[in-house]
Amino acid sequence: MAFLSILVSALLLLLPPRGSSAVAAAAAAFASGSAAIGEGGGGEEDFSEALLLKPLPDRKVLAHFHFETGAPETPSYGRHHRLFPKSIAQLVKKFHIQEMELSFTQGRWNYESWGGFEPIASSNAKPPGVELWAVFDVPPDDVDASWKNLTHSLSGLFCASINFLESSTAYAAPEWSFRPGPGSLRYGTLPREAVCTENLTPWLKLLPCRDKAGISSLMDRPSIYRGFYHSQRLRLRSVKTSSDGTHSSIILEQTLTVVLHPNIQKTSTVNYGENKLQPSWSMSSLFGRKIGGTCLLAKSSNVYLQLDWDLVRELKHLQNGNQELGVESIMEESFLSNPAFVLSDEPDKVINEVNSRSEGSSAILYEFSVRKHSDLGPFDLGFTWKTPIVWSCSQLPLRVSRFLMGSGNERGAIAISLRSTRVREGLTNAQAMGESCKLDVNVFQVVPWYIKVYFHTMKVFVDGKPIAVSDIIEKIHVSPSEDKVSPGVLEMILKLPCRVDSAGFTLEFDKGFLHIDEYPPDANQGFDIPPAVITFPNFHVKMHFGEDNSSKQSAVLSRFEDNIPVRSYTEVLLVPLTTPDFSMPYNVITITCTVFALYFGSLLNVLRRRVNEEERFLKSKDKRSSPLSRLHSKLSAKLGGKPVVTSQSSARSSSFISLKLILKIILVAGIAIAWQYFSE
Amino acid sequence: MEERQTTSSMAPATATATAAKPKTGTTKQKRARSGFWRWLVASVAFRLALVYLPRNLRLSTRPEVATPLTSIRRLAEGYWLKQSAMSPYAGSMYHGSPLLLLVLGPLAVKRIEGQPEHLLCSLLLVIADILNAMLIRAIGQSLQKAYAQHLESLDLFNLSEESGMLPSGDIAALVYLWNPFTIVACVGLSTSPIENLAILLALFGACKGLVPLAAFGWVLATHMSLYPAILIIPIILFLGYGPDAPPRKLLPQRSYRTCGSSPSSDQYCKTEDVTDLLELRILFSWRRVTQFLLWTFIWGIYFLFLCDISVKQYGGLSEMFKRTYGFILTVKDLSPNIGVLWYFFAEVFDFFRDFFLIVFHVNILFMMLPLAIRLKHRPGFLAFVYLAISSMFKSYPSIGDSALYLGVLALFVNELAEMKFSFFLFCGYVGVSLLSPVMHNLWIWRGTGNANFYFATAMAYACLQIILVVESVSAMLNHDRKLRKLTTAPLADGKS
Repeated sequence: MAFLSILVSALLLLLPPRGSSAVAAAAAAFASGSAAIGEGGGGEEDFSEALLLKPLPDRKVLAHFHFETGAPETPSYGRHHRLFPKSIAQLVKKFHIQEMELSFTQGRWNYESWGGFEPIASSNAKPPGVELWAVFDVPPDDVDASWKNLTHSLSGLFCASINFLESSTAYAAPEWSFRPGPGSLRYGTLPREAVCTENLTPWLKLLPCRDKAGISSLMDRPSIYRGFYHSQRLRLRSVKTSSDGTHSSIILEQTLTVVLHPNIQKTSTVNYGENKLQPSWSMSSLFGRKIGGTCLLAKSSNVYLQLDWDLVRELKHLQNGNQELGVESIMEESFLSNPAFVLSDEPDKVINEVNSRSEGSSAILYEFSVRKHSDLGPFDLGFTWKTPIVWSCSQLPLRVSRFLMGSGNERGAIAISLRSTRVREGLTNAQAMGESCKLDVNVFQVVPWYIKVYFHTMKVFVDGKPIAVSDIIEKIHVSPSEDKVSPGVLEMILKLPCRVDSAGFTLEFDKGFLHIDEYPPDANQGFDIPPAVITFPNFHVKMHFGEDNSSKQSAVLSRFEDNIPVRSYTEVLLVPLTTPDFSMPYNVITITCTVFALYFGSLLNVLRRRVNEEERFLKSKDKRSSPLSRLHSKLSAKLGGKPVVTSQSSARSSSFISLKLILKIILVAGIAIAWQYFSE
Repeated sequence: MEERQTTSSMAPATATATAAKPKTGTTKQKRARSGFWRWLVASVAFRLALVYLPRNLRLSTRPEVATPLTSIRRLAEGYWLKQSAMSPYAGSMYHGSPLLLLVLGPLAVKRIEGQPEHLLCSLLLVIADILNAMLIRAIGQSLQKAYAQHLESLDLFNLSEESGMLPSGDIAALVYLWNPFTIVACVGLSTSPIENLAILLALFGACKGLVPLAAFGWVLATHMSLYPAILIIPIILFLGYGPDAPPRKLLPQRSYRTCGSSPSSDQYCKTEDVTDLLELRILFSWRRVTQFLLWTFIWGIYFLFLCDISVKQYGGLSEMFKRTYGFILTVKDLSPNIGVLWYFFAEVFDFFRDFFLIVFHVNILFMMLPLAIRLKHRPGFLAFVYLAISSMFKSYPSIGDSALYLGVLALFVNELAEMKFSFFLFCGYVGVSLLSPVMHNLWIWRGTGNANFYFATAMAYACLQIILVVESVSAMLNHDRKLRKLTTAPLADGKS
């Protein structure tokens, strides 16, 4: 076996190096060698890559990169991995991570025009900034410590300020609303984290071919970051394979979802009636690059083109209209000349979704294998529209939005409103039950501590009418925020009647006041409230692709077949908080202390004043004859702090007082010297 | 006299003072008494009218009324948390007593159709306010009786005749009832009327010599807001020496000198009796003080027991003390109020925080002993000074505290007749109470002002309170000096 790998590398060396593919090839050679060595250790590590492209109704294109690396059970700690990134494996081992998801997102997923009721939206539409959650396999007391260490490690790994999630005010421990099932889950978001190439590069480093070969070579930074939405995600699952829990296999799933706008100037601007033709696009026009061959380490390397079921339905309509013209069905493999669009390459396979929730039509995926292509003939999928088509994407059961109410910086209210989108396909069995049908909505909201929510002020409105809270909330769990210690968490399940048009609930809050050190540098910009997570447990996104085993080969399709509930995130809210004057700490301290001194001094003065002595002093002043002696006695009285008793003994007493004064000064000086001496 | 009265009261109170000014003759006294009741009923009606105004004028969210300790919204939140099987102290919302939660909680959330939101709570607070006024009146009457007795024993009838003794109890009660601060605190659903009730119960009990009541009030007040704990000194002095009197040194002096100066044996014997009687009064009655301490102990145990029952499943008493007294002492909430500490601790550097916390709290304790030594013959006035100082420097002051000490201040209208700066203080109080909401509005709601403007009004308010305390103490000491001069002067005349 070793001989064979040497042979392979020798052969590769003979070939002239051609840029990036040579690196990949060399890596492949090395990898195959090491695989041969490590074969005794159990199963095979595998890596698969896929790119899913999908035209969106609003003239944009969704590109979803999916890389999956699996490492089977590892017998010992120090094992070297063939494909799996060692840093991640160490992370999993050290912190006993059962499951983890980290996402960096820029932009906001548009649930109305990009879809909400589909696998990509449910699992890849993420809130802006950084979102991290992790389930640990440690005793409950150690979870927080593990979380803190994990945030620091990830912060270093991905060049991001994930370590800010370390503080207990930044993360929450949802019990059941974020993910069902028990587990020591921690959840935290950083809505203001800026996402850029510096986060993408370490993410790409985890891939065996980086962005040198295969599908990831499409990731041209300027074109990716020019998009409307950019979400880079890393998901880890570790599955225990042995009974004693020492062996576990890890699956690392890395996805990058971007929504791009095709270059319009290239497309023809011919108008067909009132509808504008959708812009045509190709990989090279979207990314400015082509796929020059596959990453040799990948088990599978495919490009998919997905047509939504609604688009397919529209196409069928169009086809029925053109039936007399004798155009072939788009279902057939040789469809390069269908009436709606033209593909530049012929797909290797057409996969139909079966068991679709919508009757009459189902989504179609065209599969293109990258293996056939190389640097000589790079793969560049082109998609050209011929007829203007308008379609809509699959909507969420309820459209969720969240907003702030009230003005001023003292208090306000958060409102979450749910509006029906009239999509009831998923509830066919529930509708059979008639009026008693209920729609579950699972709300999970984390509120920072400086938003002091009054949970007793919760008001619920259904169809505009206020109703009692207990009528609609099936289950609620609240952990109120504690100042500077923990954020407030609200988890609840709303049970809405199916025919509801709109529902909403409001919560009043007071805005907190922070210490000047707790304000960020741009304090007047305001503070972000992390998005609420709305889950619809009745609805599941799941695509079935039949029994033809095609999904077994491709990781992305098997992810689509996962049964996950529909989830959506609301907007991030920006709450302006009152700011103190940042320039005045010294003034405030000195003025306040002056007032305290005024109080203390004047009150003490009033208390210790003796009127009798004053009177005696006045009397003695009257009796005094010479102005000089009066002055002298006054001076000595002031210095000595004691009034002169009589005028007869004034001369004597003044000398006595001055003697006493000198003695006092000597005493004080002696004490000072002694203090100095002893303190040294 | 009336002019001075306005320092701490509204115009109606002044009018009452005129109405209630008694000359000799029962008809006038009767008229004055009926005038008092009329004003009392009017004040209740005024409060109810304000309660029925839409949304209570939103007074319950004003920073002057609702501090973290007295806010009814926080109390309702605590009650809600308790109803949902959580600790009422979960989160940082509620910091009051668990017993108050038991009483006020159901009232705070209960709604009656067609009535204002917190009607039951408002009614309870109005009742508490009336009780407070009646207690102040009772304290005032007994203080005045004692004062008149003492003047009589000092042969200073002419003093009371000359100046015309005002019925200080009635005046103080009406000052308390018609003080805008009291009205706002009551209508704004702050819990401070109830705290004030506990304090006044303690003072009333001490003044009347009702030891168990005094102990009950003191324990309850301390339990609810910690700061009234310092009132134990005036209460002990009250119980030990009896109500306010002129300096005790004067009494034996006076009697001795009267005896000495008079050659007749009959008179000598008579004065001897008086001396014995007076000496009995001067003696510190340790019996009542020990009784008080015993009762305090009993009530303390009782309250702790009740609290323990109500917070047992939520972390017990240690959690309660951490969340109530701990919260008061560490000034964790930095939301603006009429005090000075919130902005100070929002700005001060973190490593000095503990130091300044200690300094500010020790500042309250520091003046206790000098004041007690100097004013030990006047426990009522001492109680006023302590109340004023603690409301000045407490962590979360509200105008309910100011209302109490201004009401108690009016008990001493006769003694403090010669107080300086009274007009200036009156104008200052009016000015600050008008400017402070304006500055708050500019800073918080319009965003055009700055925190410093609002803080400046808080500083001005603190300065006014300081001047009030200093000047009233000074006036009281001067009054005592005057009494001494008057007692010694006739003697001197006789000798010369």
